[in-house]
Amino acid sequence: MSVLLDASTRLMVQGITGHQGQFHTRAMLDFGTKVVAGVTPGKGGTDVHAVPVFDSCEEAVSATGANASVVFVPAPYAKDAAIEAVESGVKLLAIITERIPVHDCLDLMPYARARGVTVIGPNCPGIATAGVAKAGILPNHIFAPGPWGVISRSGTLTYEIVDAMTRAGLGQTTCVGIGGDPINGTNMVEALSLFERDPETKGVVLVGEIGGTSEEEAARFARTMSKPVFAYVAGRTAPPGKRMGHAGAIIQRGMGTAESKVKAFADAGVPVARYPREIPDLIRDSQ
Amino acid sequence: MKFYEYKAHDIFRRYGIPVPHGVLAAKPEDFVEPPLPCAVKAQVLVGGRGKAGGIRFAKTVEQARDAARAILGMTIGSYTVKLVYAQERLEIAQELYLSLTIDRSARAPLLLVSARGGIEIESVPEDKLLRIRIPPLVGLQPFVLRALEKRLALPKDVAAQVSDIARRAYDLFKGEDAELVEINPLAVLKDGRVVAGDAKLVVDDNAEYRHPEYAELDQDRTPLEEEAHDKGITFIQLDGDIGVIANGAGLTMATLDVLSLKGGRGGAFLDLGGTDDPEKVKQAFEILLKAEPSVIFLNIFGGITKADTVAIGAEEALKAFGTKVPVVARIKGVNEQRAKEILADAGMHSVEDLEDGAELAVKLRGAR
Repeated sequence: MSVLLDASTRLMVQGITGHQGQFHTRAMLDFGTKVVAGVTPGKGGTDVHAVPVFDSCEEAVSATGANASVVFVPAPYAKDAAIEAVESGVKLLAIITERIPVHDCLDLMPYARARGVTVIGPNCPGIATAGVAKAGILPNHIFAPGPWGVISRSGTLTYEIVDAMTRAGLGQTTCVGIGGDPINGTNMVEALSLFERDPETKGVVLVGEIGGTSEEEAARFARTMSKPVFAYVAGRTAPPGKRMGHAGAIIQRGMGTAESKVKAFADAGVPVARYPREIPDLIRDSQ
Repeated sequence: MKFYEYKAHDIFRRYGIPVPHGVLAAKPEDFVEPPLPCAVKAQVLVGGRGKAGGIRFAKTVEQARDAARAILGMTIGSYTVKLVYAQERLEIAQELYLSLTIDRSARAPLLLVSARGGIEIESVPEDKLLRIRIPPLVGLQPFVLRALEKRLALPKDVAAQVSDIARRAYDLFKGEDAELVEINPLAVLKDGRVVAGDAKLVVDDNAEYRHPEYAELDQDRTPLEEEAHDKGITFIQLDGDIGVIANGAGLTMATLDVLSLKGGRGGAFLDLGGTDDPEKVKQAFEILLKAEPSVIFLNIFGGITKADTVAIGAEEALKAFGTKVPVVARIKGVNEQRAKEILADAGMHSVEDLEDGAELAVKLRGAR
């Protein structure tokens, strides 16, 4: 099948009336997603691409049975929007918004977890299950259904790799963009365990980058998996102490270097691509 | 956002964390009544000031002024010292360590305390470190502090002061949206007082809107990085010579990595993010050209990004600046074909993929 998003997903879009919200609602509908509701406080009663808009998540969920939400709300209001969604009863939340203060995420993530809600992101491209549904901004045309899972801390770099996979005839179950922030709702190990349990997924591609230790933890977890994992790590030439565009992409106190991550993968028997487009070769070589 | 030591001390004082008495000076004569004896310290945002000669000791006003004269204008890292801070010399009996950071894996603030301070915390053995993860939704509870006091194995009065400082440091960490609060050493003085001997503070850039008072602070950016920051452009100068413009942080890093695998070296990178606004692209080129790259590699993988308008921005920038810098462009996105025509007409080298582009960029740089 897939992970997180499937045919039963009924998606709500928070911030649907904004420029991004409108544009991506169209794209998500085109992807085949059941977008059932939008939320923008004060715009209730209107519609966007025939999707009804509500003033609150509670109204949206009770009227439409939405069970997942994608958040396009600007950073200063994102924590409020996310907690509102959790309270309304949805079980999956993809937060696309970038530049949310890290202390807001420190509050939000354990709260969502305690309420049994899976959060993807923030600062991420969202999730797409090829041929079925999408919650986020990943480009529609790069996907093709197939047996490979993808997990990534990046946006465009993921598109590059998914595109290369599709061109090489290696389709995807689900692509999960976990985001480039230091605190995220779902980390690499958690995403890997979802794919490990998914009967349709044959193996997983991990797109990591410098900063933090999530790749090292993922490498340790990969040893326990029954499915093969393939990795790419961005930032091999990044200097220490510089924040390389993502809030989480920084080498601090000798921690979070690409060498450490590449070594952890190599030690765990996870093949690591030198070039993004080498990923399909690694997958084929393993077959 | 990083803070000069004196500024961090001001904020520490606001939260009731004891810090040494200090006086700031932009010129030697500013020292009228410095605390004596004192350490005169260069105010910089980079490490290594001690080794660079940026800390001197003084017993008289004249010595403090001499120290200021020697340090002001000094270059530390790539930055010129504009301010010095004369800080009372502490009679230290013991050096401890205290910090608050974010534990990404645990998704929680991490309080680190050690009875061994004054040295790099990485060199302190694990069994001498107290690691306390603080559940963010409930905060630092009194029972945790009681346990901390007991485990520290310090005189009761000292432990109580450390615990009080830990509580205040956590309030500061939350209240100021900090990513790092570090006191090293946390000094136990001969008279029994516990004082923050040093103060390191880093505040989350993304929370700047909640702390407008920090917007004007100096940051450790080069002048060009500062200009880009003011325009809302992510731009970082590195030590190579190839200029990179890409979209998205991961792809930008990957582009720099591939250049290096092909024998080149990124000199600066600029992340366009999701924009395809030709005006923004032009601005980006303008900043990158000021960094005087030997060649520019434009690498855009856009799902919804309009390739043709990115190409128009690039073309206009090259025209406006009359530059001879070769440009290798690889643009994937909407209206890709049209983009290639624009690039070719403007004399840019259009390529299909990242590896080919990187190879060509390295070659063109060699040809100059």
